[in-house]
Amino acid sequence: MSTRKPYVRPMTGWWLKNPVYIRYILRESTAVFVGIYAVILLIGLIRLSSGEAAWNGWIDAMRSPGAILFHCVALGAAVYHAITWFAVAPKVMPPLYFKGEKVPVEKLVTAQYILAGVIYLVLLGLILWS
Amino acid sequence: MHKRSNEPIVWSLFGAGGVVVAYSMPVFILITGIAVPMGIVSADVLAYDRLAGFAAGWFGKLFLLVIISLPLWQSVHRIFLSLHDFGITGGEVFFRVVLYGAALWGTLLPLYLLIGM
Amino acid sequence: MANNEKTIEIEVLRYRPEEDDKPFLQSFKVPFTDDMSVLQGVQYIKDYLDGSVSFRWSCRMAICGSCGMMINGVPKLSCKTFLREYYPGKITLEALKHFPIEKDLVIDLSDFIGKLESIKPYIVPDAPRALEEGEYLQTPRQLDRIAQFSSCINCMLCYAACPQYGLKPEYLGPAAIALLHRYNEDNRDSAKAERMQLLNAHEGVWGCTLVGYCSEVCPKDVDPAAAINRNKVNSTIDYLLRFVAPRGGN
Repeated sequence: MSTRKPYVRPMTGWWLKNPVYIRYILRESTAVFVGIYAVILLIGLIRLSSGEAAWNGWIDAMRSPGAILFHCVALGAAVYHAITWFAVAPKVMPPLYFKGEKVPVEKLVTAQYILAGVIYLVLLGLILWS
Repeated sequence: MHKRSNEPIVWSLFGAGGVVVAYSMPVFILITGIAVPMGIVSADVLAYDRLAGFAAGWFGKLFLLVIISLPLWQSVHRIFLSLHDFGITGGEVFFRVVLYGAALWGTLLPLYLLIGM
Repeated sequence: MANNEKTIEIEVLRYRPEEDDKPFLQSFKVPFTDDMSVLQGVQYIKDYLDGSVSFRWSCRMAICGSCGMMINGVPKLSCKTFLREYYPGKITLEALKHFPIEKDLVIDLSDFIGKLESIKPYIVPDAPRALEEGEYLQTPRQLDRIAQFSSCINCMLCYAACPQYGLKPEYLGPAAIALLHRYNEDNRDSAKAERMQLLNAHEGVWGCTLVGYCSEVCPKDVDPAAAINRNKVNSTIDYLLRFVAPRGGN
């Protein structure tokens, strides 16, 4: 007669049990701020399509302390999203070869930081000076 | 047994949204949410005439659609997967309809508004 | 034993299916020298302190993949981890996470074995090849595409690292997908379409949320996370291409 009785351990609270999991949950949580900001932009577009007074109302609403606080946190979330996104992108794209050699992951990550820096500057330039 | 998943649809939108968020959202949050409201830069950069003019052109329409809609897809996809991470295993169809439905609404509504602008 | 020997506390999560309803921690004081691995520490417990403690091991040199366990919550090969790294702190040992405990540090690995078989972890040639046709040729570049993923020793540390496998055991999981990728990318193989069906399923690559811990704990630098996520791209292409070329469809 078999005396087997395999014990399955519960998963409760797993995300707190390892720093790697905490960082993962933190990464996934950035989605909440990204989503809320996208909705704020969408509301802005609705206001923009309804005319100047409505648009200016949206701009005023962004001046409330609560809104500014939210956007400071959202900025942190968006930057954290970017850092983690660049870190895992080499795992998603096929390996890149240059002159017969596989391009190392570190260089791929650095390249993305440079590209992001250039895009940020171009966007800022277009928004602020054109 | 091995039923093909339809995940590639939402995963592609999630991936595109993730790229948009990583490469542009920090700048937009900084301008619309911090720099202009706090008066660090002039509110003229977000003046009505300027934005309305931008939304009138085809490039502007496409640009605004991309920066509003794709981050929404990225967001709802992560939130949907997180439900399972936190042990919420029931109501999958309900959450799919609510979350992905919100992203679809957040795509069609701006599309409609932008075409009319 | 030598005079310079120290003593370290090792806690073992015990589970004896015939007596216990659930696992419990049992503490042991183990004398050790700097050259002793955690596996040797457990062997000391079995030889001198409590002969009923059960665990798997074989090669003692990080190639058989038998002695994986949670060492202070981190999946590691116990033969490749040294007691001195933890001294003067204590060590807590537990069977690999996300698998059912058979007894003490021994897990029930039948689920993984079934998955390993299902991916056909061998080269399937498109036609039988006669001896006089000679060997299969492979360029260094072709070898490079698979070399990393062929280093897997089936130690299952990646499954113990993957919360998604713990949450949904039907998920094919890191090592099986890494090996699947290794054979799919092999220029001598022709069973890719068949294996793609496993990847395309909900239980295939789509069970992954890129926690990425599998690649961190891998003792052989296989990078299962890369194999899985590159195949999300492959599966997406396959999903769209079937409307153009029906061959890939189900």
